Amino acid sequence: MSTLCFIVDNFKEVIYLSWEHLWIVGLALLIATPIGVVLGIVITKHEQFSSRVLNGANILMTIPSIALFGLMLPVLAIANMGLGKVPAVIALVLYSQLPIIRNTYTAIKNVPPYLVDAGRGMGMGKWTLLQELEIPLATPVIIAGLRTAAVMNIGIATVATYIGAGGLGVYIQQGIARVYPEMILSGAILVSLLAIIVDGGMALLERIATPEGIKVQRKLSQ
Amino acid sequence: MKRLLAKLYRVIIALIILISGVIFERTGLIDLLSDPYEYPVIMELFIQHLYMVTISMSLATIIGVTAGIALTRQRFRRYAGIGMYIIGLGQTIPSLAVLALAMSFLGIGTKPAIFALTIYSILPIARNTLAGITEVPPELIDAGKGMGMPPIRILMEVEIPNAMKLILTGFRVALIINIGTAALAYVIGAGGLGDFIFTGISLMQTDKLLAGAIPVTLLALFADFLSELLGIVLISRGLRLSE
Amino acid sequence: MITYDSVTKIFGTGKDSVTALDNMSFSMPKGEVVVFLGPSGCGKTTTLRLTNRLETLTRGTITIENQNIMDIDIVQLRQRMGYVIQAIGLFPNKTIAENIAVVPRLLGWDKERISKRIDELLRLTNLEPELYRDRYPAELSGGQQQRIGVARGLAADPDILLMDEPFGAIDPINREEIQNEFLKLQAKLKKTVAFVSHDIHEAIKMGDRIAIFDKGRLIQHDTPEIILTQPKNKFVADFVGSDRALKVLGLMRVSNVINRKPKNIIQGAALSQEALNFLDTNGFRYGIVIEQNRPIGHVTQKSLKYEKGPVRDVAEQYPIFLREKTSLRDVLSSMLMYDNATFCVLDEDKHFAGTVTYNDIQKAIKAAYYDETEHAENEVSS
Repeated sequence: MSTLCFIVDNFKEVIYLSWEHLWIVGLALLIATPIGVVLGIVITKHEQFSSRVLNGANILMTIPSIALFGLMLPVLAIANMGLGKVPAVIALVLYSQLPIIRNTYTAIKNVPPYLVDAGRGMGMGKWTLLQELEIPLATPVIIAGLRTAAVMNIGIATVATYIGAGGLGVYIQQGIARVYPEMILSGAILVSLLAIIVDGGMALLERIATPEGIKVQRKLSQ
Repeated sequence: MKRLLAKLYRVIIALIILISGVIFERTGLIDLLSDPYEYPVIMELFIQHLYMVTISMSLATIIGVTAGIALTRQRFRRYAGIGMYIIGLGQTIPSLAVLALAMSFLGIGTKPAIFALTIYSILPIARNTLAGITEVPPELIDAGKGMGMPPIRILMEVEIPNAMKLILTGFRVALIINIGTAALAYVIGAGGLGDFIFTGISLMQTDKLLAGAIPVTLLALFADFLSELLGIVLISRGLRLSE
Repeated sequence: MITYDSVTKIFGTGKDSVTALDNMSFSMPKGEVVVFLGPSGCGKTTTLRLTNRLETLTRGTITIENQNIMDIDIVQLRQRMGYVIQAIGLFPNKTIAENIAVVPRLLGWDKERISKRIDELLRLTNLEPELYRDRYPAELSGGQQQRIGVARGLAADPDILLMDEPFGAIDPINREEIQNEFLKLQAKLKKTVAFVSHDIHEAIKMGDRIAIFDKGRLIQHDTPEIILTQPKNKFVADFVGSDRALKVLGLMRVSNVINRKPKNIIQGAALSQEALNFLDTNGFRYGIVIEQNRPIGHVTQKSLKYEKGPVRDVAEQYPIFLREKTSLRDVLSSMLMYDNATFCVLDEDKHFAGTVTYNDIQKAIKAAYYDETEHAENEVSS
């Protein structure tokens, strides 16, 4: 198909744009994950904040992406950073919070309380408990949250093209502007492929991060 | 009830934040809004937006719920796995890409946008319906069968009510994404509040930008709140108590 | 040894406060199993959890070997005690070996020492190390899991073991087995064990002493025998059960009541009429037939009346024989089952050692309950 030709012809650019796209998403996740996981752990230990934090993150996610970009523009324009990759990354970090915080919170809350009791009774301190019990057991669900965030971010980064962030959305934007169907299709297909690949990669990560004992437990309970 | 109040609280907080943002840009925005030429335009865009959302969500709900239920029936059960996989795959695809693909095959305008929105909204609804009905405790269905309820009755009186919480969550997720994606539909020639947003960005006209961004945000938050209300109406009190 | 002094625990404040323990004091000697017994909400679990500071004292003090537990670092305190819970609580993400190794690792043991200890403990709990070391909890049955739970509690060789209904989640058949195993283990290791239970049978079986709680107060703290024969009040009597006579029998053995030289012995070769004469003269209602120092059966005046031949041909065989360590409860059960009021006891060489009759048992019970029956003449048993 002519779309395939387009991709092949512009291979260098395709790689560059894909890389740009992944870079934005990757950076955002790199920043969002520690913030989200730490917040998630904190609210499991301090219940009084849990509903407010989760609600806040939920509101963030309800805001349509383009609207969030729009709202950030005037604010960041003061620092002359209204356009480009900076607002994109900031928005992505904010959007990623809900899946990451919520999954971390749920995962740790779901560690059976009698296990925590046994651990404390044996003399495991707070940090030991987190390290050896709570986090290993929570990791698969936390990574599932990261997976959701990653896929979501790829989608939002596509829109970020319109505020000058670059990425594969450029093909869609330019394609529409220039009425260049092959470009549009290439953009749409490439970004979809990217999303699918990242999703698959994260699924693999999920499996790797699951403690062996849990995998055994799951298999036996079927 | 508590959840309803919590969501109301959220809407109010968001309103406050946005209103302060509005006040911040007071000079541009209020003038724009009070401009007799601009105000009707905003209303028209808003209505266009609503139109796209409503039509696509209605279609998506009908198709999505039906598909979800169908995949749980005896005949089609073996396709449930593949169905879930395809749905999952579809949900990975960025919304802008779906819009772009629709445009490539159906041209520009509102119709392809609605098509894309419908397809995209079917996914969460179908998936949640499927999951919701699958998770209805088999003992309940067994009890119904044992009492002599015909399959349709079981579906309407046991399966759907018990799956309602998940179905509604799927609906809510689809609706929020739908409102956001409808804002993007501008780029493929549909109307909607996206018009002001994108124009505002490219022309660096903050008042126009906010005139588009704020209503769409409020719409999304309001839709979220409405979904919670819907939950109270549609989910039987007995089920809500057991939470 | 552990001492509880005026221990009080109140949960919550003001109107909604719950007094879980009210001014409770007692001491647990070293090397004994004390069962904390009582109905739900009586304070037995709270007492246990106060001991390793999983709950905080409202008032009073707890000392271990004369050291106040509040003066010991909380994490170190817990590492010095084994903690075994009803839900078992093996960490699913760790192997059996890793589970057992938790406290030794916290204490900084070197790898080799830990590995040896793991094998040692697995063998002690009858689980072959090579087979179980690298398994995961999900692969084990409930009974096996709790054996590991006990092994994990013993891992750092603590002097004290805290056990909260440890065998409650195990099915009755396996429960008995694991109780027996634990008793054997305890005989070897002689740990100081605080064992929470709500089951009187388990308490009698497992405890060197029983501490009975009711609504936050310690009611009685004694050996099982005394609790059964001298319950302090109606609560204890009711909790122990109206069949406590049978329960006491469970604690007594044939050797407690055996009559080693009964007078009504008849040799197998004796003739029936002679035997009849012998019984009649002495006023015996029946006689025990012995041949070559082994009991064969019994004869009554009635069964001998019309017989001519040797007694051995007339004797009605005994359905079973007793041993010196048979519990009186089992003896009584057999008496009911076989409708026989006398049984013979055999020694290791299967020779006649003596008899046990229903009357012997009844006299023993009467003697045990002497005090109670003296003072409770007006009490009607439920």
